[in-house]
Amino acid sequence: MNLDLRLDTSGDFYAQKFQPTKRDDTLILNMGPQHPSTHGVLRILLEIDGEYIVRAEPVLGYIHRMHEKMAEVMSYPQYLPNPARTDYLHALAWGWAHVGAVERIMGIEVPERAEYIRVITCELNRINSHLLWWGAYLLDLGAFTPIMYSFDDREIIMDIMQRITGSRLTYCYYRFGGVSDDIDDRFVNETREQCARMKERFKMYKDLVTDNFILRKRVEEIGEISVQTCRKYGATGPVLRGSGQAYDVRRAEPYSVYDRFDFNIPAYDTCDAMGRYMVRMDEMQESIKIIEQALDSLPQGDFIHPKAPKRAKPPAGDVYFAVEGARGKIGMHLVSDGGKSAYRLKLRAPGFSNLSLFAEVSQGTLISDAVSILGSLDLVIPEIDR
Amino acid sequence: MIEPILILQMIEAIPIQLMIIFAGLLATVSFIGLNAILLVYLERKVAGFIHRRPGPYEVGPHGILQPFADGLKLVGKQIFTPTGADSFLYWLAPMISMAPALVCFLVIPFGPHLQIFNTNVGMVLILAFTGINVLALCIAGWTSQNKYSLLGAARDISQSVAYEIPLLLSILPIIFMTGTFNLFDIAMKQGSWPWQWFIVYQPLAFIIFFICALAETNRAPFDLPEAESELTAGFHTEYSGMGFALFFLSEYAYMVIAACVTAVLFLGGFHGPGVSGWWWFLAKVYILLLIMIWIRWTFPRVRFDQLLNICWKWLIPLAVINLLVTLLVIAL
Repeated sequence: MNLDLRLDTSGDFYAQKFQPTKRDDTLILNMGPQHPSTHGVLRILLEIDGEYIVRAEPVLGYIHRMHEKMAEVMSYPQYLPNPARTDYLHALAWGWAHVGAVERIMGIEVPERAEYIRVITCELNRINSHLLWWGAYLLDLGAFTPIMYSFDDREIIMDIMQRITGSRLTYCYYRFGGVSDDIDDRFVNETREQCARMKERFKMYKDLVTDNFILRKRVEEIGEISVQTCRKYGATGPVLRGSGQAYDVRRAEPYSVYDRFDFNIPAYDTCDAMGRYMVRMDEMQESIKIIEQALDSLPQGDFIHPKAPKRAKPPAGDVYFAVEGARGKIGMHLVSDGGKSAYRLKLRAPGFSNLSLFAEVSQGTLISDAVSILGSLDLVIPEIDR
Repeated sequence: MIEPILILQMIEAIPIQLMIIFAGLLATVSFIGLNAILLVYLERKVAGFIHRRPGPYEVGPHGILQPFADGLKLVGKQIFTPTGADSFLYWLAPMISMAPALVCFLVIPFGPHLQIFNTNVGMVLILAFTGINVLALCIAGWTSQNKYSLLGAARDISQSVAYEIPLLLSILPIIFMTGTFNLFDIAMKQGSWPWQWFIVYQPLAFIIFFICALAETNRAPFDLPEAESELTAGFHTEYSGMGFALFFLSEYAYMVIAACVTAVLFLGGFHGPGVSGWWWFLAKVYILLLIMIWIRWTFPRVRFDQLLNICWKWLIPLAVINLLVTLLVIAL
């Protein structure tokens, strides 16, 4: 192999920026944007010494689609499907952040039944997101079978959601002042059945995967992220909870009807990839608890406020609304000048903050560990690039 | 015009040994080909069973023609050499990987009367020729002009070199017990019933040998040289068409060799309850192959340093202790 290729400076902007190095016995490896374990189009430049990572630098922007600019151009109802496209795995939480921000600035009241429907669907979506993460993470670690099992479960949830929302992945279900369609008895029954089924499945997942000796060796004491590091980079969600801090927007600044449900915020202070893994596995069970409680106490009434505006035109001002997504705190800062579309909409993507700590955490680890750490952060690249 | 008698005389002039080896090589090639077809189908069906999906189902009844479709696709692909690669070495590598596998089958006793070449160094021959595979993967990784391939090759070399030691150490007790390297004689020393097989006398050696065989054939959970989530596809990232197919074939061929050797050394070879013969041998080989497939679709991949730790800290000391205990028992 021609090792002088390492000194080749004809790479692109980022590769050239990355080139200068004090050592001459290292190799620069371009991981991505087409790499199986970067889940989409994340690109990471690595300087490696053997298999040890000396330096890592994520390169973003390969799937930047100007969602923030689109909010300034499109009217509010036109923008409704957009948030679902940022994070396609937890689409409903993003949609919720958007409608929540608009509702808050306009003072629209949401009927109680609609709030319950939102909680149920959002939690189902969270389970879906975590299931996909679980399968994909194990795929990163070299186990192929779990993703098939998780898709088995995902498929059922997606079928349930499809009947109500009309789509399977990028849902556009929430409207200003409620939801687009009411849920029926079949939805309730199917959801109950699925919750009962999932509880059995979690036992199998634990036996098959979580207790596996090889898996534990691959995730325990790998990628230790302290709470200080999380604070420094603004990491939230399971990454922060895996570092021992039980911060959850649903509990810290309760929105909707989350304060009526009894659920735990799982937190593990091992700070390693196993902690983050366990947080997500526990969160799925907590979500099921929430769904069951919500189904038990589902009130009757309107699914959308009868006087909800068809064409939203919020008064001038600004508002911030945050929800807990599967990856962390999703925030929307909406600035309105009283027009048909937002003056500025800032999307706070949790994945962006979670990824930014990767460069620091991955230093000195093996490539295999870097893949493990990257997977444990649960990145969705379209959400990071927005 | 040559007289028919003359042709016969010319054929008679060829040494009989050479003719047997030539016919044997032909038989071996067809055996490897058939096995590969069967294994591709088996692997995909078993994977499907483990995943709770039907597996290949579209091509032919129950997807039975899937391996042929795969083969045709691979043959039809463009042969592509990366820029800056040494094309001679680059295309030599898959051949070097495949060729030794053919030789190894010559000495394997498939049945009481079904062995192509009976030699008293059969075991040594297999060990020597399977070792050449490392060279092929090394050349493939080095000449591909791809950093992932290079890393894959580097992983493969340290993995294969490390695992040859416990592999050899776990074979030695059997060699000392039987006093021969001849695979046919080793098979003949074992009886028809499972309790007369060497796995009963050497269970530890069997486990060590099987783990090492998995590692030597780059099967999961030790498939680090081709760890697709880390190194895209490792040493064969750049290979297309038949270049890739040869690596694929040789991987399956080495799996079959590993299963054959395990069957001969530990599971009584062609002996079995009732009438001994090649059917028992093939049954044992396929059970071992199924176990390999089962392991692949169940476990995550180990990390590279863990892989070497297992070898140096566990397998080698255990194999040495096992060998010493065996020697002590033999001496007494």
